[in-house]
Amino acid sequence: MCGIVGLFLKTDRYRDRLGELTAVMLHEMRERGPDSAGFAVYDEGRPGRTRVTVLAERSTPEWGQVAASLEAQLGAAVTVRSIRDHAVFETDGDGRAARQWLIDHGPDVDVLSYGNQIELYKSVGDPDLVAINYDLASRSGTHAIAHTRMATESAVTTNGSHPFVTGADTCLVHNGSFSNHNQLRERLVQRGESFQTENDTEVAAGYLSWRLREGDTIEQALEQALVDLDGFYTLAIGIESGFAILRDPISCKPAVVAETDDWVAMSSEYRAIARLPGVEHAEVFEPEPSRIYTWSLAS
Amino acid sequence: MNPGSESTILDMEITTLRELNAALHEADSGDFVVRNPRGAHAVAAGINSPVAVTVEGSVGYYCAGMHQVGRVLVHGNASTGLAENIMSGEVRITGSATMSAGATGHGGLLVIEGNSGARCGISMKGVDIVVGGNVGHMSAFMAQAGSLVVLGDAADDLGDSIYEAQVFVRGDVASLGADCIEKEVRPEHIEIVTGLLAASSMQADPADFRRYGSARQLYNFHVDDIDAEVAAR
Repeated sequence: MCGIVGLFLKTDRYRDRLGELTAVMLHEMRERGPDSAGFAVYDEGRPGRTRVTVLAERSTPEWGQVAASLEAQLGAAVTVRSIRDHAVFETDGDGRAARQWLIDHGPDVDVLSYGNQIELYKSVGDPDLVAINYDLASRSGTHAIAHTRMATESAVTTNGSHPFVTGADTCLVHNGSFSNHNQLRERLVQRGESFQTENDTEVAAGYLSWRLREGDTIEQALEQALVDLDGFYTLAIGIESGFAILRDPISCKPAVVAETDDWVAMSSEYRAIARLPGVEHAEVFEPEPSRIYTWSLAS
Repeated sequence: MNPGSESTILDMEITTLRELNAALHEADSGDFVVRNPRGAHAVAAGINSPVAVTVEGSVGYYCAGMHQVGRVLVHGNASTGLAENIMSGEVRITGSATMSAGATGHGGLLVIEGNSGARCGISMKGVDIVVGGNVGHMSAFMAQAGSLVVLGDAADDLGDSIYEAQVFVRGDVASLGADCIEKEVRPEHIEIVTGLLAASSMQADPADFRRYGSARQLYNFHVDDIDAEVAAR
């Protein structure tokens, strides 16, 4: 199983309540994935800003000192906020350099996300507790995707939890299983991707990272994913200013979408959407197999 | 619904799913209204008496599963497995259903006023299904008996590996599955469609439907396939 939710706010009416509404949706998907949970929240961003979310599972870094070292390296101001084992670094300096420095020279941490708009949190345990521990409900913004995991392909660990980053401001959640992930992982390693887990979804994320790095648009990358990814999947992909959905050609993994003038919501099941404001007037439909859906503020 | 009779209100904001279904199972007859289902699973599953249930809102998986005798009307949409394994009676929804509606149904009538998702009527064994809109891919997959009437279009691989169920489609068929072919519409088929349109209160001209069914080429072993048979050993 596994549960997926995505909420994209088309107008600013509910942006103060993004986290609260996402937490309600996540709660309804607990039974589909009690092992672990994660969420990515996006705000409107600010030109020139980069945020890097890191996870310190194996160490307890002095975040202030790390920020000071990074600041010296970049020659630009760096701020840091930490919540439990996660920290978000923010700078108007060279964002790519900041991310790379944290990977190469930072403390023993994993970079969960980077970009102008995204922050990403994930952890093992009850999805409701994950939402509380990382303060989902109080967050505002434009869109969010979240996941509850019932592990099938690999161990229950924080790094095996979703979402997985696939590029700047881009991340992925998945319900299903990929059958060719070992072969694909080898191909991607040859092309320079690196992997932290045995997880099949991380391979799909690595695949999209590779396509996006090669210059594909998200639509092109997903078009090619339909050819190269074998297995059962419903994917929700958080992108800059919006999100995308893709289901495999057989589509036995569930998905439902609801849209109003104010928001677009997707989930594994309708009950996650059933309590959103204005849902009684929503247009509700099931996404078609092999069809790429995107919603974006940019378009 | 029986005019003038009192309906029993079951509000899922205060009634648990088990209490709801237990009340429906205990009743010998009567009218029930289910409020605030909010996508809950297994709403009104296992009914086995002439009750009439109206569900006000959308439901989750397996609504009216294993249904017998009674009537269930859903004002909303339904998710996976609507009326799965229906034996008799009637289940109707005003909205759309997702995948596997009417799966393995042995009898009775399922009416979906909107669209149905993938594998509508998969392995149906005698149920009649009328869909006001379109059906998704692989509908009537391995369907054995009963009729599927589609007023809209059918997506790819309609009737894949179908046995003796009959499929009637008014709109376009994207493609037929293995061993499914278009067949001649004879007067007895017009009669079947006319009857099901009347039973489901759907408006359409029975003469507009085309009929699809089994070519019966997968039923028996063919000596031409002997090489494949040997290779598989």
